Amino acid sequence: MIPAGAIESVRATLDEIVRRSAEICRRTGRDAVQIMEVCGTHTMSFAASGLRGMLPDTVRLLSGPGCPVCVTTPGDVDRAVWFARQPGVTLVTFGDMMKVPGSAGSLSDARALGADVRMAYSPADALELARGDPQREFIFLGVGFETTAPLVAATVRAAAREGIRNFSVFPLFKLVPPALRAILARRDHHIDGFILPGHVSAIIGLDPYRFVADEFGVPGIIAGFEPFDLLEALPMLLRLCRQEKAAIDIQYTRGVPAGGNPAALRILKEFFLPAEAVWRAVGAIPDSGLAFRPEYDAFNAVRKFPGMPAHDPPEPKGCLCGAILMGRILPADCPLFGAACTPETAVGPCMVSSEGACAAAYKYGLTETSRWKKSRRRQEVAVRS
Amino acid sequence: MCLAIPGRIIERTGTMGRADFGGLVRAVALDLLPDAEVGDVVLIHAGFAIQTVDLSMEPEIAERLIAR
Repeated sequence: MIPAGAIESVRATLDEIVRRSAEICRRTGRDAVQIMEVCGTHTMSFAASGLRGMLPDTVRLLSGPGCPVCVTTPGDVDRAVWFARQPGVTLVTFGDMMKVPGSAGSLSDARALGADVRMAYSPADALELARGDPQREFIFLGVGFETTAPLVAATVRAAAREGIRNFSVFPLFKLVPPALRAILARRDHHIDGFILPGHVSAIIGLDPYRFVADEFGVPGIIAGFEPFDLLEALPMLLRLCRQEKAAIDIQYTRGVPAGGNPAALRILKEFFLPAEAVWRAVGAIPDSGLAFRPEYDAFNAVRKFPGMPAHDPPEPKGCLCGAILMGRILPADCPLFGAACTPETAVGPCMVSSEGACAAAYKYGLTETSRWKKSRRRQEVAVRS
Repeated sequence: MCLAIPGRIIERTGTMGRADFGGLVRAVALDLLPDAEVGDVVLIHAGFAIQTVDLSMEPEIAERLIAR
């Protein structure tokens, strides 16, 4: 049931979004305020709630690199498949990773060919499997951001305390703030503000994002995932866009204390060190991943099973996921989108993951292309003449 | 992928507990929220509670979030 007054308050909020975005456009001479929603769950929530379609033309949403499945490289998928094929090994993964293609098929394909690949809801389930079958090796595929990495660390700690030796992790974790830095470091980025990921922030809090405002002058709002959260976050962000000095603020206060989760941050530090990570279609980003501290080598699948292939195959031909993940173009700009690349025949990772920008655009019929580049150029010409 | 769903802790034994998601009850690991207590509403991601939900501001919204 829609609570009394809700429709009026939604209307008033949308009016504010229209007014403020138009005002910013007048000031900047651009055709739209460009907002990157970093997190894949936000991408889906904006589209699924219908909110995306209700926004004025003066607000343009760009999907960011915030889907861990999308940013796992084909080389890392190949390595996961290699682990799954080792004799006596079971690879345990979140279901999201099953269909992501490597250069020679996905984990799902490997399973069809006889490899023991199992899906789990929690890393704790993988440890439970290891407990129940001590003769077999269980490797957990450690994909995820700051939200997920502490859970895996807690599971490794449980394994260490119980002396379970047939459990290890293939760490492919990635960190959000260094990816934002990589996006902003390109001077020609098109981003006026960020909707920052709520559940990554539930762990890391507000401080790790301060550089976004302080060094790059771009504001951000840490937002929740319900439609009313997004509806509240947008005017908050537009208000920040107007300010002289950029700032980061929290809309999702019910789930994100400014200091994050200290116990989770402690366990991350205890088990992992920051390390360079390669983001699919984006490239290597310094300190954007997590490597096991040497004292936990016994739980590091890479150390436990030497000989992991180092080869990194090229991205599929014609796939523009990299530019899409960096907010440089929109899904419908890609010539493969909706033609060679659909959810059933996905070429790139943004179409494979249910939270990928291309999958969302395909499912909800978002056919907008990045005409802003043209309009921007036209404006520049107009100014010059 | 960073999906986290609010649930109410109804039982706690050491670092393990049980959470009620509006009728559905599941085991939840409390390693990352050592101070969580029975009655707290927490965000649960892949079987682990990752944060306590602050209900002080908006109780009626919180009830609706959990009760669905």
